[in-house]
Amino acid sequence: MSDHHHKETFVTKYIFSQDHKMISKQYLVTGIFMGVIGVFMSMLFRLQIAWPDHSFSIIEAFLGRHQDGGVMSPDIYLAIVTIHGTIMVFFVLTAGLSGTFSNLLIPLQIGARDMASGFLNMVSYWLFFLSSVIMVCSLFVEAGPAAAGWTIYPPLSALPQAIPGSGMGMTLWLISMAIFIASSLLGALNYIVTVLNLRTIGMKMTRLPLTIWAFFVTAIIGVVSFPVLLSAALLLIFDRSFGTSFFLSDIFIQGEVLHYQGGSPVLFEHLFWFLGHPEVYIVLLPALGITSEIISTNSRKPIFGYRAMIGSIIAIAFLSTIVWGHHMFVSGMNPFLGSVFTFTTLLIAIPSAVKAFNYITTLWKGNLQMNPAMLFSIGLVSTFISGGLTGLVLGDSALDINVHDTYFVVAHFHLVMGVSAIYGMFAGVYHWFPKMYGRMMNKTLGYWHFWITAVAAYGVFFPMHFIGLAGLPRRYYSNTAFPLFDDVADVNIVITLFAILGGAAQLIFLANFFISIYKGKKAEQNPWRSNTLEWTTPVEHVHGNWPGELPTVHRWPYDYSKPGQPEDFVSQTTPLMEGEEES
Amino acid sequence: MTALLYVLLAIVLAVAIWQITSILNLKGTIATDKDNNTQGILFAAFGIFFYGLMIFSFWKYSVILLPDAASIEGESYDTLYLVTMLLILFVQAITQFLLFYFAFKYRGIKGRKALFYADSHKLEMIWTIVPAVVLSGIVLYGLSVWNDVMDASDAENPLIVEVYAKQFQWEARYAGEDNELGLANVRNIKGINTMGVDMTDKNANDDVPTRELHLPKGRKVIFKFRSQDVLHSAYMPHFRAQMNCVPGMVTQFAFTPSMTTEEMRANDKTIAKVEGINKIRADKGEDPYEFDYLLLCNKICGSSHYNMQMKIVVQEEADFNAWLKDQKTMAQVVVQ
Repeated sequence: MSDHHHKETFVTKYIFSQDHKMISKQYLVTGIFMGVIGVFMSMLFRLQIAWPDHSFSIIEAFLGRHQDGGVMSPDIYLAIVTIHGTIMVFFVLTAGLSGTFSNLLIPLQIGARDMASGFLNMVSYWLFFLSSVIMVCSLFVEAGPAAAGWTIYPPLSALPQAIPGSGMGMTLWLISMAIFIASSLLGALNYIVTVLNLRTIGMKMTRLPLTIWAFFVTAIIGVVSFPVLLSAALLLIFDRSFGTSFFLSDIFIQGEVLHYQGGSPVLFEHLFWFLGHPEVYIVLLPALGITSEIISTNSRKPIFGYRAMIGSIIAIAFLSTIVWGHHMFVSGMNPFLGSVFTFTTLLIAIPSAVKAFNYITTLWKGNLQMNPAMLFSIGLVSTFISGGLTGLVLGDSALDINVHDTYFVVAHFHLVMGVSAIYGMFAGVYHWFPKMYGRMMNKTLGYWHFWITAVAAYGVFFPMHFIGLAGLPRRYYSNTAFPLFDDVADVNIVITLFAILGGAAQLIFLANFFISIYKGKKAEQNPWRSNTLEWTTPVEHVHGNWPGELPTVHRWPYDYSKPGQPEDFVSQTTPLMEGEEES
Repeated sequence: MTALLYVLLAIVLAVAIWQITSILNLKGTIATDKDNNTQGILFAAFGIFFYGLMIFSFWKYSVILLPDAASIEGESYDTLYLVTMLLILFVQAITQFLLFYFAFKYRGIKGRKALFYADSHKLEMIWTIVPAVVLSGIVLYGLSVWNDVMDASDAENPLIVEVYAKQFQWEARYAGEDNELGLANVRNIKGINTMGVDMTDKNANDDVPTRELHLPKGRKVIFKFRSQDVLHSAYMPHFRAQMNCVPGMVTQFAFTPSMTTEEMRANDKTIAKVEGINKIRADKGEDPYEFDYLLLCNKICGSSHYNMQMKIVVQEEADFNAWLKDQKTMAQVVVQ
């Protein structure tokens, strides 16, 4: 395959490419584009929360008649919050993160020429692209985009009478998500098959880098849980358009009784969260895998507890499918189920704690190379701990009662999955940029990017816990209707200022990223002196990855600073020395 | 504080622009010893910022938190919360310290070799078993509280109240003298019968519909929640109580109020919080605020979700009974 040269046109090379490296870049750039939209929306609603009565004429330019007189309307506020959540969770942190790095790294790190099916891989990307286009288009429909929250609970999401966004906006949302799910299933199946079948000689499962373990297990969770969301979306389409009553019953709205009878919104909640919770780990595990790899490389030390790390990835994945009910403690579900879900939920803290301690131990007595990727990885461990610990409050059914749906939850999940996963994504971009583009990113800008982001992220989300504990519900367009909440107004201003700071810091990243693609310093073959196979490929991309034979693997990927070795790293392709034991 | 942040923001933007324009001259890409040193020190500084932010937040924002729980169940909630929070802060303080300290202490130096340390069965056992044991304790404690709180049995002659949600207001219905709510369904909604009470059901006649929630101190109250259109959530933060209102089904929650509105107004924490609020209101030229318990909607339900509330008044039982007697029953309301 690699021997004879394919004749490639512009279209097959850059657009309908079947090369996993190109597809990975397509995912990344699309993800970044969606990320810009998602972050921009958070800026808009943070302005509204901080200064609810203030008129922002600049924003009127973006929202038009939804921002009459420079003040956002409640409906469009809810719509922006909804689309922010949808875009960030699915389009940026699922497709943008997992799509980019699974595609780039699975073939390169296991020693394969490409994905098992290049064609499916291409279809997967283009379905993702299509769903992104539809989601973006939904922003421009007349009644505004979907506005029922990213969890789109019916009946609010089912009835256009209930909120304008539940008209055309919601239809487009559902179509976009259905296509998105198809895309992510095709991708996930490809990843699973590739990891199982295309590992090169010597690449045993126990010699896989933790990145690959994370992507592999993530793909399995996706295959198990995404179809359930698809079924929920389809049933919701039926309720909306064909008069069925899966999720609706006994509804009186705008002066009339609707015909629905016998359905239950709680059923939708079950179906939604059967994906929704594993989704947290679909987002987080790849970030943790990337972090494992980067912390080990840059500490010049083996990752501590490799087998325990694999074990905890598998344990987290398994548990993630039996904890969804902790989003529903106050949904009216039987309290006994609440007890069961509390138990399974808090079990997840054990493998998570193991991972956190293992990362910290990996740093211990290391020789830390403070590259921007390393900074983001250390940052990830910090936010993962800060966000994860408050999970003890939310996962405990009794304690959840009073903080459920308050800003406490918002602070929790933004730290543990939002910020952590996005740090993982940044870390990955800084680390593998040379592999993707053959050039290096600028480190000084990377440092500025990290430190401003790190200060801003804690500045936003740490105080946010307190306004949640003050009883402030999330998704309130304004707090002015409650004198009780007058004293959180100042906190909200602080949060918004930090949010703007954090948003602005991303401009540094964008500039660094796009300028470096064209003007960055040319990369060496193995700039981070890393062990894994991707750094044995030539800097210039070739179809098939390795110009000659596929490499043969002789050892695990974490032989950093191994005693008796001349260098502080040993490529996986280096045979064991005489008398050397494999770690 | 705000002004400081504006200044910070301006500085950052200026630096960003300066940095971006000078990118063409900066070709540094891989961390040198100097970078390792600077960044390691920055991690130590960040650790200090981190703890500073934590301490600052606790010092500055404690006053905005909810005052003491106003229900008996809420008191055990608060104890469980305190225990959990202390545990969280303990683990947080130690792990974050180690993380930032190691990042500082082991910052790279050329020529130094890292310790090859790939595994330790003992250590891993420790941090599997210790969290497991601690979590078991938390789970058992949490579940005992959960079982108490979710106990909606009628062993203690509870008061039965229906809380009814619709876009964008709350209504309530007391079960009346027989303490049994009449049947209801949205298909019966007509004119003044806004909750769809089935007037052919004999239990319905003595039911008392109201627009304000009054509760007796010291008597257990069982709430039955209904919604007429979309999901809502009845959130009563002062009582540590919340339950979703789901169209097509009845959900329930129970608690025993332990402080009257008057008593809560005289509570130290409430006074401090109200003072803080009134200082802000005075600056804005608004009327002073007097504390009241509230029921608010905590599940996204449409445009005016942010203003869907009902006042709750907790009274001594005798005062409550007198108030309830003054209200019109369903029979009186609908017949009129």
